[in-house]
Amino acid sequence: MPAPTLDRQPAGSPDEAALQQQFAATIAADRRIEPRDWMPEGYRKTLVRQVAQHAHSEIIGMQPEGDWLLAAPSLRRKAVLLAKVQDEAGHGLYLYSAAETLGADRADLTDKLIEGRQKYSSIFNYPTPSYADVGVIGWLVDGAAICNQVPLCRSSYGPYARAMIRVCKEESFHQRQGYELLMTMMRGTDEQRAMVQESVDRWWWPSLMMFGPPDDESPNTAQSMAWGIKRHTNDELRQRFVDMTVPQAQFLGVTLPDPDLAWDEESGHWRFGAIDWEEFKRVLGGQGPMNDVRIARRRAARDDNAWVVEAATAHARKHEAVPA
Amino acid sequence: MSEVTAAGGHGAVPTGPEVPVEPRPRAVRRDWPLYEVFVRGKRGLNHVHVGSLHAPDAEMAVDAARDLYTRRNEGVSIWVVRAADITASSPDEKDPLFAPSGDKVYRHPTFYEIPDGVPHI
Repeated sequence: MPAPTLDRQPAGSPDEAALQQQFAATIAADRRIEPRDWMPEGYRKTLVRQVAQHAHSEIIGMQPEGDWLLAAPSLRRKAVLLAKVQDEAGHGLYLYSAAETLGADRADLTDKLIEGRQKYSSIFNYPTPSYADVGVIGWLVDGAAICNQVPLCRSSYGPYARAMIRVCKEESFHQRQGYELLMTMMRGTDEQRAMVQESVDRWWWPSLMMFGPPDDESPNTAQSMAWGIKRHTNDELRQRFVDMTVPQAQFLGVTLPDPDLAWDEESGHWRFGAIDWEEFKRVLGGQGPMNDVRIARRRAARDDNAWVVEAATAHARKHEAVPA
Repeated sequence: MSEVTAAGGHGAVPTGPEVPVEPRPRAVRRDWPLYEVFVRGKRGLNHVHVGSLHAPDAEMAVDAARDLYTRRNEGVSIWVVRAADITASSPDEKDPLFAPSGDKVYRHPTFYEIPDGVPHI
């Protein structure tokens, strides 16, 4: 128990320097910032960008796998996929809630997404032509997301950290269902094994790109790490993902499409080949295979379902007007 | 190319100052209130705040909270309350509101020194 302090803090509204000092002390002690705390404007804005774009990625992320909902090969696989896609919607909503505690507005964020003024992860701009893609997305894409997201459970911003704890618990199911699906296919026919390999060939490099440009091209990483809203650099997380995934690929019996992939005894890490950052920039810049489709569908979901929102509002108003 | 980081969870996205963050009031079409959601994990426990959501009324807020916050048996009971109806203390922990408990260490059992030899106390 700390010694009792009998001298009272002087009352009165502290000036901005004192607030800044209090904020810095909270961060330095690895405690959490909560919505009604004073925070620097740059911290708030960076977090809104980060959380909103994370939310957008979850919502758009429903689409690539959602394409397989009606074509899944069994009732079991259909139920699993439906639960997974529903989780992605839930993750998006937890995150929009967190963004709203920072003064953002969910409907407005959706508009910004549809207008292309805010982005979502480039990974969702790739198509899913094969059912094996459902398994590979769970294994690689959700595996990469877990690498990114687990450290965010310790984000210095309380509502975001709490949302990430819920998300991470659920992502674990996503990755495992994907890996199990792939194991089942690998135990099947030659044709099924070829499907898995073909899908891995397409998704491996985009999965590595998910971690973002190399550290020397990420000038703001230092600030975000100082604020406790980013916990590891892009390259650190990418390396962690590769080290985690290579043994899983070996167990599965697939080949990762990188001739330079090699175990480095000295460092205890898997070394991998050069990433095509031009492709990353193209896809992020709107030139990916599915960018237009994703946004068009999100726009249609908003506009075509507007009547549901109106009907629910009208229903609520009607019941409000009738005395109980 | 602008600043891109993977700090947004599912993958790298632009995070530079060109990405707008401030809401535009006229763009907001919906006037559904914000509800805070509380879930009782199991019998014998308190309801605990789990998050928030927008809904047109309280009844639909409960339905939405069930789908959003209890997809895996996380709860046996849900409360929703309009965020606007919550009255809160000041966020500043050093607020004088809490000061009177800070200096009353004698309210804690560890304030009292009891010799090790005394059993069951």
